[in-house]
Amino acid sequence: MPSVTLFAASRAPLISMGRLDVLIIAIYFAVVLGIGFYLKKYVSTGDDFFMAGRKMTAWIAGLSFISANLSSLETMGWSAMAYQYGMLGAHAYWSGAVPAILFLAIVMMPFYYICRTHSVPGYLKLRFGTSTSALAGISFAMLTVLVSGASMFAMAKILHLLLGWNMDVSIWVASLTVAIYVSLGGLVSAVFNEVLQYFLIWFGSLLIPVLGLIDAGGWAGMVEKIQRNVPIVHPTVGDANFTSLWQNLGSFDANPMGIDWFGIIFGLGLAVGFGYWCTDFLQVQRVIVAKDLRSAQNGTIIGAVLKMLVPIIVTLPGLLGLAVLLQPDGSPMVLVSEADPRANITHHTYNDVVPLLMGKYLGPGLLGLGITAMIAGFMSGMAGNASAFATVWTYDVYRLLIRRNASDQHYLWMGRWCALLGIMMSVGTAYALFYFSNILEFLLVLIFFFIVPLFGVVILGMLWKRATPTGAFVGFLSAIIASMAMWAFVHTFPDGHRPAPSVAVDPGAVVRIEKTGEGDDEIVRGVTVEKGTVRTVNVPIEANGSIRNSLDETLSEAHRLPADLVVENGRTSRVRVLAPSVVLADTNQPDKFGLEGVPVELAPGVRLVASNVVQSFNPAEFNAAHVKYIARSEKAKPMAVNVYSAAWTLLICVTVLVGVSLFTEPKPESELRDLVIGLTPIPDDGPCPWYKHPWLWATLVMIALVIVNWIFW
Amino acid sequence: MPNEEQVPIWFFIGGILVVYGVLILGSGIFELFNPPPPEARVALYDLHADLWWGAFMTAFGAFYCVRFQPDRGARFGGSAGGTTEATEP
Repeated sequence: MPSVTLFAASRAPLISMGRLDVLIIAIYFAVVLGIGFYLKKYVSTGDDFFMAGRKMTAWIAGLSFISANLSSLETMGWSAMAYQYGMLGAHAYWSGAVPAILFLAIVMMPFYYICRTHSVPGYLKLRFGTSTSALAGISFAMLTVLVSGASMFAMAKILHLLLGWNMDVSIWVASLTVAIYVSLGGLVSAVFNEVLQYFLIWFGSLLIPVLGLIDAGGWAGMVEKIQRNVPIVHPTVGDANFTSLWQNLGSFDANPMGIDWFGIIFGLGLAVGFGYWCTDFLQVQRVIVAKDLRSAQNGTIIGAVLKMLVPIIVTLPGLLGLAVLLQPDGSPMVLVSEADPRANITHHTYNDVVPLLMGKYLGPGLLGLGITAMIAGFMSGMAGNASAFATVWTYDVYRLLIRRNASDQHYLWMGRWCALLGIMMSVGTAYALFYFSNILEFLLVLIFFFIVPLFGVVILGMLWKRATPTGAFVGFLSAIIASMAMWAFVHTFPDGHRPAPSVAVDPGAVVRIEKTGEGDDEIVRGVTVEKGTVRTVNVPIEANGSIRNSLDETLSEAHRLPADLVVENGRTSRVRVLAPSVVLADTNQPDKFGLEGVPVELAPGVRLVASNVVQSFNPAEFNAAHVKYIARSEKAKPMAVNVYSAAWTLLICVTVLVGVSLFTEPKPESELRDLVIGLTPIPDDGPCPWYKHPWLWATLVMIALVIVNWIFW
Repeated sequence: MPNEEQVPIWFFIGGILVVYGVLILGSGIFELFNPPPPEARVALYDLHADLWWGAFMTAFGAFYCVRFQPDRGARFGGSAGGTTEATEP
């Protein structure tokens, strides 16, 4: 009987660090804390704390703008996307980010800057009034905390898996460090550290693509290896083109994301990209605090240039993971998604692609620098969320709804405590995720869909003076509800969803593994569980001459679980066996393994818990029959579903807002000055030499973007 | 926000890069004369990435330290606030 042995992940941490690596990390923590204490004396007013005194230069604003976004959820997440979806991962930058950042710089920045708002909800208050602003402010404040907590949880989990660090220690050390330097120095300190972190992220990350490309034999060698490995690593999309940016977007079959050019341009490029970069306050806050409008615009354009370069340290490592990560026997290493039951038991996950490359290429010192880059990324994201939370809560919720006319010192005091409170709430969220780990995924989706309607409201508010407060509120709310409804729709199974048959051996069980062959030829023929508990899902159990789908009993005689089962449409499914922590009967040593298509013998005395599971809703699974209505193809992968949902959300928001506005009363023009195009005179920043003009640089960046897209077509 | 006597952010960046560069370069030199056993070596060990990367970081950091040292007139402006053109990287 043929059997398949799945890769067994090592029990040891993925990376082991030396004293020099620990020293490098310790120096980093000491420096960021030192900066926080150093800057405290420069923060004496609310404007200093929340707006960094509005004195930042274009370079600082641009670096901070990009660094706040370069959190490790972003870098590791998009490296994982590149491993999963190939070169299409670069669209997040070249289609989803750079055009939107240029639009922010040239079209939207004048409005944000001239109305002197503290935040995006602050702009909405001026433009549409309290109801829309409060909805945006409260939602944004809560989501900021949740994202920060999710980031913290992800950091602790990754450091635990990679280095064996205690998760509690990771969460508390990182969060207290961020809490101290943000509450002391406010946005100044957050920005100061973000610029520092930007350099560390690049110096710590750039060696991986450099060494990886040398190892792979250059770009051509990497592409050749990817084409060779993809049928093994991603067998369901083995024929797809993983190395093109546009030429594989002609049909849903030709690329690994199951998307077409329409979804990339209107979903990722327009809805998600413009929504995220033009209205996510965490980003916008970094540039609206520049010393003048020209600096704010040029800072944003500098951010666009820096963003265009990020695929070098994000997308490229993901692609290299497909090419150079190999098993000891030379076969490609297969990574799986976090939602896969084998994740972190028998297989590393997509998120591990960068750490695996770090362990492969970085020696003492460089490894510490790489880990520091990762921690810096986490902390810059966390600090960005903490400072954004403090601003939005203090100005757009507390001052708007709770205490309107307090002194500046009172708001400064509130801001400091809000930064601390935000971090503590994030810690609470991080601990909640210990018990609801899938929330991380859903949380990101919800944020995704909150920001997109916000963009619809803000952009119409800026470009159309007929947009009314009622239209904005109704459009915003209905788009949020519609986006959530779409999400629920694709995860709903009216006919029932039966998870694939599986067998899980509980921790502590005693097992015996029957093998033939040695070394690379070793094949597992069967598993015998001698003691402990075994849980099956959708595996019919033959007992007393009848077939039972569910039972819970201690076996009085030996029982054999099948290796294969016939499931829907006559298809045969191999039964998956997962044993995350068992004891080997022969050696009495702890072990873990994952197998498919192998019979499992249960000895008398073993407790068997069999379940028959049929779900009508599963947030981790997509119903292909519903997906085709949202993403125009049954083959759409989660990312394609998300970007198409975002496109429809934006369309719904704009349609409802326009429709309701046509039947409701707009604000008089006298109240729209400095808020809407046509009623906003651009201030004169003084004489500007031609080489400093934002239009010139935006045009050059756009030309460079077209060239990059053409090169990787 | 007082602007006087603030150390430019670029100086901090130069400082930490010099420290890191020297540590990594030192580690690379040590490994050059005391190579680890083959089974403990990283891939592409023979390229000695720690040597040239450490040297590059040291040089880059030293340039920033000299170019943006506090007594050369770079103020907080050159750090997180307003600045003169000369203090931009």
